[in-house]
Amino acid sequence: MDEIRVLSATAILGYGFPDASFEAGLARGPHLIAADAGSCDPGPYYLGAGASFTDRTAVTRDLERMIRAGQRLGIPVVIGSAGGAGAAPHLAWLRGIVDEIAAGQGLRLRAAVIPADIDRETVLQALRDGRISALPHGPQLTAEDIHASTHLVAQMGTAPFVAALRDGADIVLAGRAYDPAVFAALPLLHGFDEGLALHMSKILECAAIAAVPGSGSDCMLGTLRRDHFVLEPLNPVRRCTPTSVAAHTLYEKSDPYHLPGPGGYLDLSDCVFTSEDERGVRVSGSRHIAQPFAVKLEGARLRGYRTVSVAGARDPYFIREIDTVIQGVRDRVADNFPDIPPDSYELLVRVYGADGCMGPLEPSPRPAGHEVGIVIEAVADSQDLADTLCGFARSTMLHFGYPGRLSTAGNLAFPYSPSDFHAGEVYEWSVHHLMATDDPAALFPITFVDYPGDPS
Amino acid sequence: MTAPLTELADVVRSKNSGPYELTIDIIFTGQDQYELVKQRRAISRELVAELYRVPVDDVGEPIFYDPAKAVKINLRRPLVSGNVGERDVYGAQQHGPLLTLRLPTP
Repeated sequence: MDEIRVLSATAILGYGFPDASFEAGLARGPHLIAADAGSCDPGPYYLGAGASFTDRTAVTRDLERMIRAGQRLGIPVVIGSAGGAGAAPHLAWLRGIVDEIAAGQGLRLRAAVIPADIDRETVLQALRDGRISALPHGPQLTAEDIHASTHLVAQMGTAPFVAALRDGADIVLAGRAYDPAVFAALPLLHGFDEGLALHMSKILECAAIAAVPGSGSDCMLGTLRRDHFVLEPLNPVRRCTPTSVAAHTLYEKSDPYHLPGPGGYLDLSDCVFTSEDERGVRVSGSRHIAQPFAVKLEGARLRGYRTVSVAGARDPYFIREIDTVIQGVRDRVADNFPDIPPDSYELLVRVYGADGCMGPLEPSPRPAGHEVGIVIEAVADSQDLADTLCGFARSTMLHFGYPGRLSTAGNLAFPYSPSDFHAGEVYEWSVHHLMATDDPAALFPITFVDYPGDPS
Repeated sequence: MTAPLTELADVVRSKNSGPYELTIDIIFTGQDQYELVKQRRAISRELVAELYRVPVDDVGEPIFYDPAKAVKINLRRPLVSGNVGERDVYGAQQHGPLLTLRLPTP
């Protein structure tokens, strides 16, 4: 095998892709179709709550096309980080979608299912053994953090995917996984260079984002050979340039020369990016440096419940006095509910038009425009308490008297009735740490499922 | 001579690099301009700390990346992504203060 072609359908399963791009990719005779479904970027809620951050209808749409294409070409389809966060409920959710597609189309499929959940006791033991380390600027892990986490997952590397493909899986459904692993596994099974395979996969993982114009919802083809790889978008309106591909190496990473992953890091110090044809870019010189195996652990804990109220203000005298008003509202809330301990809740007021996006990092924190947006937020141990605090703060701010007030009928413009929203459970990251382990394969046991299943 | 960064760069962006760090990329338009900034270390951690009014220890040493004519700067997040009080879960709007920068030109 001189080259292996990998089709990346979309940056995140459920982000979609044009059928024309996908068909153009299939016409190139790929050996693998893959999509990474996950990210921790959307925040801790999805892992904590066990909910997907992509929509079921959108995921079904993408996956149905990918599975059908895989069947037509007789090639595997690989999905990592099911449901975004990749814990047991997310994997079950994705499995349910595949069940539905397989049943609906009467498919005969062999699926490999690889959970990424890590047993609490395994993590506690690793903590006791000193095998857990913090990330830069991250806190040290404590036993309390581990106990508080609703789900604990580890990012699997390429090994479980390689094993699943070696054992004949038509489709691989995995929990939380190192993003490039879904693309790199088949090349590694066929003995291609690990550095090139992982670097190509790191770029494919974001689909056509590395092209110009970039897009997370369009397809990209990677062709891996023995000493280089070529990336090309499949939509004729896009092209890859040496700069666009090199620039992508920076994206979301703290060091473009050294990209850490499970079992080692990519050393891209000697990479060369050159144009190939009209729309492709050739990359060579990527190296993988093996290190003792460590997996990234992720966990989130329930922090409380949130209620939010959104309003605007147009009155220039109110805007001038906004800091006074906010402090006055906070004082009134505390004064009105003396039985609620101040450390049992958070009451936040954000002023968009002032420092809404940057808070303490904002160099110009004073409102400068003719109107501001205001978001009142309460987080407390129960939804009822969050409702009470947010609702009281909202009504107090609506009628608050301040120096120079002319608008005695009300200070706020509410776009909605009801004006307050239950935002529900609030989670925070409790675990984002590295765990050293001797046997990464044992953490990620593979189960095979044959479709059609036994009638039940 | 100096010029505003906004006239010298194609890309100025911020994003999470995991939940504890922000990473800011500046991709210059011209090779000469990039080389000058790199040679003079015209973007330093001290300068970034001053722009963001944070301790120098919260800013990483800028990384110059030749293949993309780019400078990368890492900052400690003021809050862990998603914590109560969060303002920017993805960290995608934290590049603003850099847009006010003026840099020496070749």
